[in-house]
Amino acid sequence: MLLIPCPWCGPRPENEFRYGGQANLTRPAASADDAARGAYLYLRDNPRGRHQERWRHRHGCGRFFNCVRDTVTDRIASTSKIGSL
Amino acid sequence: MMQPFRTAEGGRIDRSHRVRFSFDGQAYSGYAGDTLASALLANDVCLIGRSFKYHRPRGIMSAGSEEPNALVTIDRGAGRIAPNLRATSVELYDGLKACSQNRFPSLRFDIGALAGLAAPLLPPGFIYKSFMWPPSFWKRLYEPAIRRTAGLGRTPAEADPDRYLNQYAHCDILIIGGGAAGLAAALGASATGARVILCDEQAELGGGLLDEPNVTIDGWPAPDWVREAIGTLNGSVTLLPRTTAFGWYPNTMIGLTERLTDHLGEPGSQRPRERLWQVRAERVVLATGAIERPLVFPGNDRPGIMLAGAARTYLHRYGVKVGKRVVVATAGDSAYRAATDLHMAGVAIAGIVDRRPAGDSEAIQSARALGIPIHNGMTISSTEGRNRVHSAKLSNGTDIIPCDTILMSGGWTPSVHLFSQSRGALVFDAASGTYLPSQDAVGACAGVFDLSTSLRDGTAAFGGEPRSFAVLGVPAMAPSEPPVATVPHRGAFVDFQNDVTTKDLAIAADEGFVSIEHVKRYTTAGMATDQGKTSNLNALTAIAGLTGQGIEHTGLTTFRPPYTPVTFGALAGPVRGDLFAPIRLPPIATPGAVQEDAGTWKRARCFPNAKETIAAAVARECLAVRNDAGMLDASTLGKIAVEGPDAAAFLSRIYTDDFTKLEPGQCRYAVMLGEDGFIRDDGIVARLAPDRFHVTTTTGGAAYVLHHMEDYRQTEFFAMRVWLTSVTEQWAVIAIQGPRAAEVLALFIPDIDLGTMPHMAVRAGHIGDVPIQLFRVSFTGETGFEINLPPDHAQRVWDTLRQRDVTPFGTDAMHVLCAEKGHIVIGQETDGTVTPDDVGLGWTIRGTDCIGKRSLSLPDLKRHDRKQLVGLLPADPAVVLEEGAQVTVAPSARDGLSGPSVGARNAQSVGHVTSSHCSPTLNRGFALALLAAGRSRIGTQLSVAGPDGGIPVTVTAPVFLEKTADRPKPSPRRTQEPLLPLADQPAPVVRPCDSVQLATLAPITRLSIRAGPAAGTAIGLALGVLLPTVPCRSVMTPNRAALWLGPDEWLIVAPESASELAALARKAVGDHPASIIDVSHRSQTLEIAGPCAAWCLNAFCALDLDLTAFPVGMCTRTLLGAAEIVLWRIVAEVFHVDVARSLMPYVRACLEEARLEFVDVEVVSSRPK
Repeated sequence: MLLIPCPWCGPRPENEFRYGGQANLTRPAASADDAARGAYLYLRDNPRGRHQERWRHRHGCGRFFNCVRDTVTDRIASTSKIGSL
Repeated sequence: MMQPFRTAEGGRIDRSHRVRFSFDGQAYSGYAGDTLASALLANDVCLIGRSFKYHRPRGIMSAGSEEPNALVTIDRGAGRIAPNLRATSVELYDGLKACSQNRFPSLRFDIGALAGLAAPLLPPGFIYKSFMWPPSFWKRLYEPAIRRTAGLGRTPAEADPDRYLNQYAHCDILIIGGGAAGLAAALGASATGARVILCDEQAELGGGLLDEPNVTIDGWPAPDWVREAIGTLNGSVTLLPRTTAFGWYPNTMIGLTERLTDHLGEPGSQRPRERLWQVRAERVVLATGAIERPLVFPGNDRPGIMLAGAARTYLHRYGVKVGKRVVVATAGDSAYRAATDLHMAGVAIAGIVDRRPAGDSEAIQSARALGIPIHNGMTISSTEGRNRVHSAKLSNGTDIIPCDTILMSGGWTPSVHLFSQSRGALVFDAASGTYLPSQDAVGACAGVFDLSTSLRDGTAAFGGEPRSFAVLGVPAMAPSEPPVATVPHRGAFVDFQNDVTTKDLAIAADEGFVSIEHVKRYTTAGMATDQGKTSNLNALTAIAGLTGQGIEHTGLTTFRPPYTPVTFGALAGPVRGDLFAPIRLPPIATPGAVQEDAGTWKRARCFPNAKETIAAAVARECLAVRNDAGMLDASTLGKIAVEGPDAAAFLSRIYTDDFTKLEPGQCRYAVMLGEDGFIRDDGIVARLAPDRFHVTTTTGGAAYVLHHMEDYRQTEFFAMRVWLTSVTEQWAVIAIQGPRAAEVLALFIPDIDLGTMPHMAVRAGHIGDVPIQLFRVSFTGETGFEINLPPDHAQRVWDTLRQRDVTPFGTDAMHVLCAEKGHIVIGQETDGTVTPDDVGLGWTIRGTDCIGKRSLSLPDLKRHDRKQLVGLLPADPAVVLEEGAQVTVAPSARDGLSGPSVGARNAQSVGHVTSSHCSPTLNRGFALALLAAGRSRIGTQLSVAGPDGGIPVTVTAPVFLEKTADRPKPSPRRTQEPLLPLADQPAPVVRPCDSVQLATLAPITRLSIRAGPAAGTAIGLALGVLLPTVPCRSVMTPNRAALWLGPDEWLIVAPESASELAALARKAVGDHPASIIDVSHRSQTLEIAGPCAAWCLNAFCALDLDLTAFPVGMCTRTLLGAAEIVLWRIVAEVFHVDVARSLMPYVRACLEEARLEFVDVEVVSSRPK
């Protein structure tokens, strides 16, 4: 079980978290063309190595946060808070 | 009974305690403290089993968990038959029943041994090579046949009756291995005040020191030094004997299995059999020792051929002589100690065959001084003997030495399995020819074989001052030499458990396998239950020799968990039966109802009267709703309070409708899309006040919808001032539907005028004396109301309405009633690929930029031949179609509507049935279906696949009942009839126990506060309890407490009424945005108290509950088993567990299970003290 450092609550066991997919996707404006929309919906990075992703401390403080995880070693390089009130 | 190979004295067995046991039905006796292996050896039982592939007779090769040969089945009674146990690790108890494996009809005369004659026909990969064709034979013939012949023990067919425990633990230092280095490391670590756990797989701590009665440490005989060290460590270090560290998982989580009762021999015992430890360690120290390697020579697998170190263990620990006339074959000095020790015990040493030239170390000199013949520069070239070895032929080709035992020693391989699992870097040590861990290891695991160095290194493993011990009695020995490759020979076994010889490895090399990982998979060397503990390095050496690339370039295969086999029971732990998954029960008990699973809930399907069938009950319930009044427990629907100045704007993004124009007091049906434009969920959005909304979700979608909303709230629309709070369990819901609904309700609701209350509206009022929110909504087309009320009162309202002849109905009738009106059911008519327009809900899209709206104009989502929702009426009204059945057009019908014609004569599928029922109102079967270009097919005839061929159907619009007038007809007299009294809740029976007490606390007011810093401060000042800003901390005053649950989320716990407290808080925030919600009924609180409270919680909760890591006042949401809880430490030994009402029975059952070992003396265990 991974130990994931929540930026608010500190290191917590993996089962408290839910994966939130690739980070830093920009939701295109409604005026964007079909290709941009399709890319936003269905195209994701699949790196071997460092991956920018989102996690949510679902059974904890409930916050989404950013995480840099190595997809080869599963090691988490860093986690950080993202925009909220 | 005789034990002919037992010494007259010595060993660590209890000779006053004789133990009877049986092997293959034959009775024997041993002593307490024996293993099955040592007792069998003492009784001159040498043949223990048959090998896996060639069914060769095999005996005992080792004295530890590395044993590849002596696998037995232990029978502890029905459901308790354990196959493939290593006789060397099975502790003897009175009445033990053991059986040999992989033999027929008996161990001595085994038909399968004929496979040995066919060995040349069974090269590596023979299965892949021989059983190729035809492919269909593989599944039906080859595989079952191979599985029958090639197999070890049989698994039991019954359910496992044993209990298993789980424990999460945290420590600063985990020491794996309780031998000299491990004990010294524990002595060093305990001085630092760190939290230390030491585990060892054997029954007794001490490892190899227990084999050394003639060695002294600081003046103590080594076994007595072990006893003294344990005495010193007891209390400051958690000592876990009989506990195997089997796996190293990410972030230094180590899996341990502790065997609690197998050694006691108590058939039928309710005491837990094993405990799985999941230990999160800051540091791990590997003191796992080393395993002796066999020598690779032809005939090295016969019974009576054993590792030299094992012979010393049997002699010194168990008082067993492994033979009467022994030949020792070695490549190192340590075997000389076995020879001299056995000689001193009166065993004839017929010779030492040393691969090396003559040496003169102290160990060798001692053997020479005893007159033991030594043959240098030689090894064994063959052996003879069927069920026990009787002679060894030396490699000079002339000498044949009669013997009954051969001891072999090819050097020692450090046990680096766990280090390899940790993905640590193994370093090749050319001097010993082995791989060593680059860090974290002490003693033999680190390649240190000198006792005093091991002890000193151990004490200094944590940076402390190294401590030296005076070690006497170990003869000086030359360091062991690297292993050497031998000539490939069919009978020279490398992997004993999988019957892999040097010849097999040579064939693999000839066929081009170079990578050691490929060789392993092709030859199966290093596989099976022993995972190559004795064979890996010999296989590696052989391959390196064959390919000429050197051991360091050949590399080691990756070790994977588990180190030794782990029972499924231990892995499952207590998560079985009632604790397998939480069963959530709604607040209204419905005895007699037929239940079904809905998400994690149990819901009533229908309420059959005596002798009524399910179909008849559903029909009766449907008619009651259409003609009279029915009621449904809709409490399981998800409910979310959406509050804040931007709540309307937020919901207009989340759902397809525009809610900015919805007036307070109004509701609207709402559809939620994913960003891809497909329907995810639906529900009702009700505006309670300009900045307060109440949103319902489907039962199964509640958790997803809240997560989805939080995602957009936190990461996309983060500038919006809005908060989301689950109130699913704060409110019970009784839905009343039918023409008489208003009339019945009017008897109980004095303060809402049901006659003027419009459709899709919400009002606050009272039913009897109970405060309610009344929604006027309908999913049946009939007049409908949904009463939201506190769950504690739901049962009496339900029972009162039932007395007024309101018919309870279940989810089956609900589905029929919905489908009759063409209302979709999420998950039934939708499957994640359905747009609103596909199901006729295009009209709900009124928002300007809701999630998913843009995707609806993507070309594929606008295609004219998308599947659309239609109705189907079977030509025969008695027929009810199967849900999921394909809808087809006849091959003759020219169908321009579906995609390109396949040109075949077969019928073509154009869609499938999504819901199908028998309508008691229409008195016929009907269905909903998704059909390609379905709306244009209305009026046409199609066919639906049925068990007896196509069923003709007519396509219709997806509405089957004419619109009924939804006009409530309340009773002319609006009175207030009394409700049934509130029933007393039976208090749960609690068994008292001083170590840990469990109690459900009385209800108390809880407010969920969602606010920014300014409003938070104002609320804190007004309530006299400041809202903590430090994560996971609480502020406690004598009356109230504030718990930090998230950066803008607090829980207030207080004794006064919720409305009073909420009014106070609302007044304090003024114009600052905030969300203040009464959640008093949502959860209940368990108090768990006592010195073992944290221990019990850790059976199901993975957090570190040490006082330093989880101090008094700490609070957090977390998981207990599969249930989300809020855990709050009130004082050092008292925790409050806040848990959703529906999960309370599950959480209580979990903690009762964890508590059992303290409550019930019958199941008491030793920890914690």
